[in-house]
Amino acid sequence: MVLPEWLAEPGLNHFLVVGAILFSLGLLAVISRRNIIMVLMGIELILNSANLNFVAFSRYGSLSLDGHMIALFVIIIAAAEAAVALAIALNIYNRFGSVDIEQISELKE
Amino acid sequence: MDLFAVAFYLFAILIVGSATLMVFSRNIVHSAFALMLALAGLAVFYALLYAGFVAVTQLLVYVGGVLVLILFGVMLTTRGYFEKVRTRTVNLLPSTLFVAIVGILLVAVFLNTDWTMLPLDEDQVSMTGLGELLLTDFMLPFQVAGVLLLLAIIGAVLMAARTRPESRNTPDIPKNT
Repeated sequence: MVLPEWLAEPGLNHFLVVGAILFSLGLLAVISRRNIIMVLMGIELILNSANLNFVAFSRYGSLSLDGHMIALFVIIIAAAEAAVALAIALNIYNRFGSVDIEQISELKE
Repeated sequence: MDLFAVAFYLFAILIVGSATLMVFSRNIVHSAFALMLALAGLAVFYALLYAGFVAVTQLLVYVGGVLVLILFGVMLTTRGYFEKVRTRTVNLLPSTLFVAIVGILLVAVFLNTDWTMLPLDEDQVSMTGLGELLLTDFMLPFQVAGVLLLLAIIGAVLMAARTRPESRNTPDIPKNT
């Protein structure tokens, strides 16, 4: 089986396209789901697609090791964000009895 | 087709497939496990791109840490039975259209840009280089990230633990007082 060259050898563009698809799916999860934890998972997917682009550029482009460092810091920030966001989700659940973001529309005076 | 291409396409299908499953699954526990599969596949992608340390960190932090945290969140915020785990989806058609347009635009931009490509040298990435960078150029972000993690952990513990005694005394918290 003979494949065309652009298909047989994955390069920078192939990784970028996977990153773009992941970003779109994460965005879809953020804007179409109504569970606060689903929104959080969509954000994780978006952060990971950005990470994939950083690492791909550091492999094929001139970003060298800086891309890896940025990816590591993104992972750190994402972990901290997940911990705080889940604590907030637990508080919201205790307060409102639901994690549906349509119903969370009150602020303390 | 060499091994690299086979691995790339195999894991690209795995990642995109499980991410799609995550977005469209009705059951949030299925979504969490699909997200875990996608993140593990991304770790393989990082390894394919010679980013071994990032791949290991991805596995440790995401698959080992964040996913467990998310599963705990799912379990703790479900009331009683499994029916409640199911979540609803709104505006599926317009948001899918919007996201499809965004994705096509991104792909078009990526494919039409003339990226500067450097010749590949396999051994350019090393753990030693990462360690040296952490203690020289990235010293300040490294320390700040440590402080941030500490703050986030303390904040998360405080926030998650604060409401427990109140809610135990008064099971029905009035919504408007």
